[in-house]
Amino acid sequence: MSNERLSPVADADEVEVRDPRSGLTAKAGLGDRLFGGSARGAAVFILILMAAIAAFLIYQAAEAIGKDQVNFVTSFTWDPDGNSTPNGQPEFGIAAIAWGTLVTSVIGVLLGAPVAIGVALFITQYLPRKIGSVFGYIVDLLAAVPSVVYGLWGLLVLDQHMSGVSKIIEDVLGWIPLFKTDGTYGSSMFTAGVVLAIMILPIIAAIAREIYKQTPREQIEAAYALGATRWEMIRLAVLPYGRSGVTSAIILGFGRALGETIAVAMVLTQVPGLVTRILQPGGNTIAANIAVQFGDAFTTGRQALIASGLVLFLMTLIVNYAARVVVRRAGKAGS
Amino acid sequence: MKFQRYGSVAGIAVAAALALSACGSDNGASTASTTPASSAGGSSASSTAAACPSGTLKAAGSTAQANAISQWTKDYQGQCTGVTVDYNANGSGAGVTSFIQKAADFAGSDYALSTTQAGQVTSAGRCGTGSAVDIPVVPGAIAVIFNVPGVTSLNLSAKVLAGIYNGTITTWNDAQIKADNPSATLPALKIQPFMRSDTSGTSYNFSAYLNALGGFSAANKQFPSKVAQGVKGSSAVAAKVKSTSGAIGYAEYSYATQDSLSYAEVSNASGAFVQLTQANAANFIAKAKVTQNGSDTKLAFDYTYAASDAYPATLVTYEIACGTGNDATQLPLIKGFLNYITSSAAQGELTSLGYVPLPSSIAAADATAIASLS
Repeated sequence: MSNERLSPVADADEVEVRDPRSGLTAKAGLGDRLFGGSARGAAVFILILMAAIAAFLIYQAAEAIGKDQVNFVTSFTWDPDGNSTPNGQPEFGIAAIAWGTLVTSVIGVLLGAPVAIGVALFITQYLPRKIGSVFGYIVDLLAAVPSVVYGLWGLLVLDQHMSGVSKIIEDVLGWIPLFKTDGTYGSSMFTAGVVLAIMILPIIAAIAREIYKQTPREQIEAAYALGATRWEMIRLAVLPYGRSGVTSAIILGFGRALGETIAVAMVLTQVPGLVTRILQPGGNTIAANIAVQFGDAFTTGRQALIASGLVLFLMTLIVNYAARVVVRRAGKAGS
Repeated sequence: MKFQRYGSVAGIAVAAALALSACGSDNGASTASTTPASSAGGSSASSTAAACPSGTLKAAGSTAQANAISQWTKDYQGQCTGVTVDYNANGSGAGVTSFIQKAADFAGSDYALSTTQAGQVTSAGRCGTGSAVDIPVVPGAIAVIFNVPGVTSLNLSAKVLAGIYNGTITTWNDAQIKADNPSATLPALKIQPFMRSDTSGTSYNFSAYLNALGGFSAANKQFPSKVAQGVKGSSAVAAKVKSTSGAIGYAEYSYATQDSLSYAEVSNASGAFVQLTQANAANFIAKAKVTQNGSDTKLAFDYTYAASDAYPATLVTYEIACGTGNDATQLPLIKGFLNYITSSAAQGELTSLGYVPLPSSIAAADATAIASLS
């Protein structure tokens, strides 16, 4: 099951696959042509579909941004239908909601990822295989809970209990402006971050579990042979092996947190402008803003929301790309 | 190494797909999730009663009047078995958009058409050469709901409310609140004002009241407060006020009674405090100025009216249809249904649903407006 034994097999596969395409086997039957054709059709179709969606979104977004009377990138207001502007002209900017999206997602990952990695290590390295797989199923079940349920739970249960924790954090870290409040807590970006942490936990845990399971037996045994304790073995063999994969898992969780809509919209109360105090009620994210505003938005409003969706997509791409660079650097430094 | 590289690429691809699908499902949810609760009635067109048109009437819009419309739909479909009324309660803005795109025969809206929307109707040629008209149908009262431990009744003047929503009054034991409530024991608790984050007729009418009597910013369907926390929908405002100590908010009267929340007496033009009852609200609405321009009927509340039995924080929602240029096959349906819902029988049901019935003078104005639709 080691990598060295897998790779020659993979090479042999590639050689066999290459043969028919280079025309060395001449008798391509009807089945071949049908299958090849439908596979090619599916590939072309998905490309055309993606291109059409992208073109539609970019067209709509460009139209809205063209009408925007303030800077789309730096403005804190969101009023694309001109409800509050003197002449009803559209004024909207992405800055405040993009900030809220990033802050809640970062809080979610900071709280969720360590727990998820702990869960994955416990399941793969500490529990017997059979109990571990049962435990794994239970963690996976968390991912099957609809996000609206997390939203309801966050709104009705968690929110009531966040003021105590928030107050302690403010007492300790209140000298940092980020953690200051006006004396009210709950419904904050921090609360939303906690809900997000729980929502992304099963994704990160499931992937990390699969990766840690693949740790080469030889390396584990080598670590033990050197007299390592279990923790030292994990640090020497399991964690370095899984580093790039688990980083990808965290990015995946971050992506989910960035795009999470209903749960955040339910937990977070929206206040106009930029919110810098993360423990105080109020804040907004791109996805929650879309969920709240879409029903009542008029033409420009909808196009502006599509533009904000594109920004969200762009943010996800940038985060992914940055993470890929980090992982590649770390991989090079490690080997 | 190979596995790791593929792992990270796959992770990126899936994360990107998740983000995309998140956007996609938002759009889908907003347009499709609120399927009408009103289409439950039978649609079999076996027997058609006299004076009943037949066919399917499509409408969309305001959630504020959804309860009334769904009750009326049931009644009307009972009377006229050949008619199916589909009211998609997807929000005023979405309703007007569906109306302009000819996906709805009329729209329910929490506010009269704005000039921009009227322009869109004209440029889309929705009503041929004609224009869209507003018909006020469902009035209601706005309750100022609060959650202050140990306090069940409060007098809140429009000036104090404006101060709270401007951020100049921040604690419940503020001298200005105390002055209006000498007997109440007010705690030194932070005030947490709540508002609607979505655009709403409740916000529009409440800000109109605060603007007229409390010197607040101009009336706006996007509530003009920089300090209040916004949540989506009146039910969420009510839920937040119920669960948050020190909270204050505004919602239609029925939400206050359903959630058994305390609501304040608010001040009128003479500074006197008026209790919120449906009768008091009806008295105030009856004094509204009716402006009729062709079939277009608009209400303007008279905030200077200061009778002690007239509750001044009220709202009215409209139906929006074409004044002229309605679809010829749908016209009898539109007229039939609108006539029914402005009739005294239909309006009589509003009280038990938590709304306020139209005063007879306005109902009469509506009747002439509906008769002239073509």
